[in-house]
Amino acid sequence: MPEAAEATDRAAVTEAAIEATGLTKSYGGTDGTRSPIPVLRGIDLRVPPGTVFALLGPNGAGKTTAVRILATLTEPDAGTARVAGYDIRARRRDVRRAISLTGQFAAVDETQTGAENLRMMARLAGLGRAAARARADELLARFGLSEAADRLVRTYSGGMRRRVDLAAGLVGEPAVIFLDEPTTGLDPRGRRELWDVVGDLAARGTTVFLTTQYLEEADQLADRIAVLHGGVIVAEGTAADLKARMAGHHLDITLTTSDAYLRVRTRIPHATHHDPRTRTLGLPTDGTARHVRALLDELDPTGTDIAHFALRTASLDEVFLTLTASPAPTSDASPPPSPKEPTHA
Amino acid sequence: MPETAPPPPVPHLLPTLPNALIMTGRSLRLSRRNVDALITALALPVLLLLIFVYFFGGAINTGTDTRYVTYVVPGVLLLCAGFGSSSTAVAVTEDLKGGIVDRFRSLDVGGIAILAGHVLASVARNLLATALVLALAFAIGFRPRATPSAWLAAIALLVAFILALSWLSAAVGLLAKSPEAANGYTFFVSFLPYPSSAFVPTDSMPAWLTAFSDHQPVTPVIDSLRGLLLNQPVGTTPWVALAWCAGILVGAVGSAGVLFRRRVG
Repeated sequence: MPEAAEATDRAAVTEAAIEATGLTKSYGGTDGTRSPIPVLRGIDLRVPPGTVFALLGPNGAGKTTAVRILATLTEPDAGTARVAGYDIRARRRDVRRAISLTGQFAAVDETQTGAENLRMMARLAGLGRAAARARADELLARFGLSEAADRLVRTYSGGMRRRVDLAAGLVGEPAVIFLDEPTTGLDPRGRRELWDVVGDLAARGTTVFLTTQYLEEADQLADRIAVLHGGVIVAEGTAADLKARMAGHHLDITLTTSDAYLRVRTRIPHATHHDPRTRTLGLPTDGTARHVRALLDELDPTGTDIAHFALRTASLDEVFLTLTASPAPTSDASPPPSPKEPTHA
Repeated sequence: MPETAPPPPVPHLLPTLPNALIMTGRSLRLSRRNVDALITALALPVLLLLIFVYFFGGAINTGTDTRYVTYVVPGVLLLCAGFGSSSTAVAVTEDLKGGIVDRFRSLDVGGIAILAGHVLASVARNLLATALVLALAFAIGFRPRATPSAWLAAIALLVAFILALSWLSAAVGLLAKSPEAANGYTFFVSFLPYPSSAFVPTDSMPAWLTAFSDHQPVTPVIDSLRGLLLNQPVGTTPWVALAWCAGILVGAVGSAGVLFRRRVG
């Protein structure tokens, strides 16, 4: 399989499929009436070939801007990046030939059939008529769309649309695939189908760079995850790394009375969650009996305030919320707070 | 592609033409399936012809012994070209709404190729409407006296006019924030034939309007078409008309290129 051979070559040269240093981008401000709004404040990324990388962040974190810069659709204000070995500024055309981008907005025509869309894209990618037809048929089959090939895309379900969209991005056999929020707006079934497709791409040795707001998705699909918040990468690593950066476990305690709740609440300003209604507080722990016992004794020396406790593994959601709960760092402020020290609720 | 490979020496304009043709095929398929718009694009010219000939025609004295239907057909053809070309703006805006322009660009398809697809499809739609109007005009008494070469010249001029207006419309589409806005912007272009010699002789208008009518692009185009079709001497008017078309075309393509980069860059 040519893709596999290519992937091996790539791995052999150990060059990253995507490597970015100090990317910054601001929007607005060109008319002099308002100051530019920084979207990216200097991000570094390194994605080894043949891996799946997730850029995770809330809305407005700058994920789409990062993808558009790497896909050469937007010029960064500063910083450098190489994609598939080519500089995004100097070798823009080579980058475009080596990548595909599937964005948040459908990039296929509603009033063409799936087959027509794919044939058109294949022709634009430089294939001849017959080759384009063969490529379209192959992709339709691979994405489970052969049955629907001759129906107009506007009759497709959400999941089918996203798949034909993704297929349209693959006509040129790209080495690096960018997926900007590929499952946003899909129902669970559509999302599952798309995950399968991404898994399949990764298995073929394609480098996949995806953005998502869903931790579950990043956890499921990605070899490595970077959390983007306020234009900077606040954490990077495998899903396991990210979970381990938090204490790893959570102790949830339920207080006996509202007074007890208030008393204990003031003793633990670093609670990761607090809910006066149910009188519960959550706090990080390493999960050892020693630490849990010490915590309980410290918080409730008289042994009368805490009614119940529960110990559980921190979810990736909690990691995410902790990392992105801080106000976005301002451009002249100190570096982003270390994710190891969640100092606030 | 190993990363040590030298950059392929592809001249920038080389892929534009084949890409433009692929994009034209796309725009034609989209036009064919946008049934409502297509019916409007074909029915409106026919209606306009009937309205001018039967509603207004009886009351209009063109000051010549030519039957009004023969006098007005060039005007109706231009009016239709104005209406028809304006749909280019809507098509361009529709593209910009979704993500397909980014996809095209990531396939290294340039803005000019994308817009050319819409423009050429617009020319095709307009020629279809033109043929329909001419067929009906013949049926209701349009009797041109043109030689074959004059016919060719008239059609070439009409194509040049449609091409220029369609590119202008494409540029307007890049300025508009929504398809609805695009529709509004192009509406005034559709009105240019009214203050011209399209439907009535310009010397029947107030003096200040005659001054405008005589020096706006539609008048030389109409006068040329009419002269060519009725086998009257046209002098240098067709060249003036062509110069207008060329000027609009160059200005529109140039600004479309700039606007495209500004809008999506």
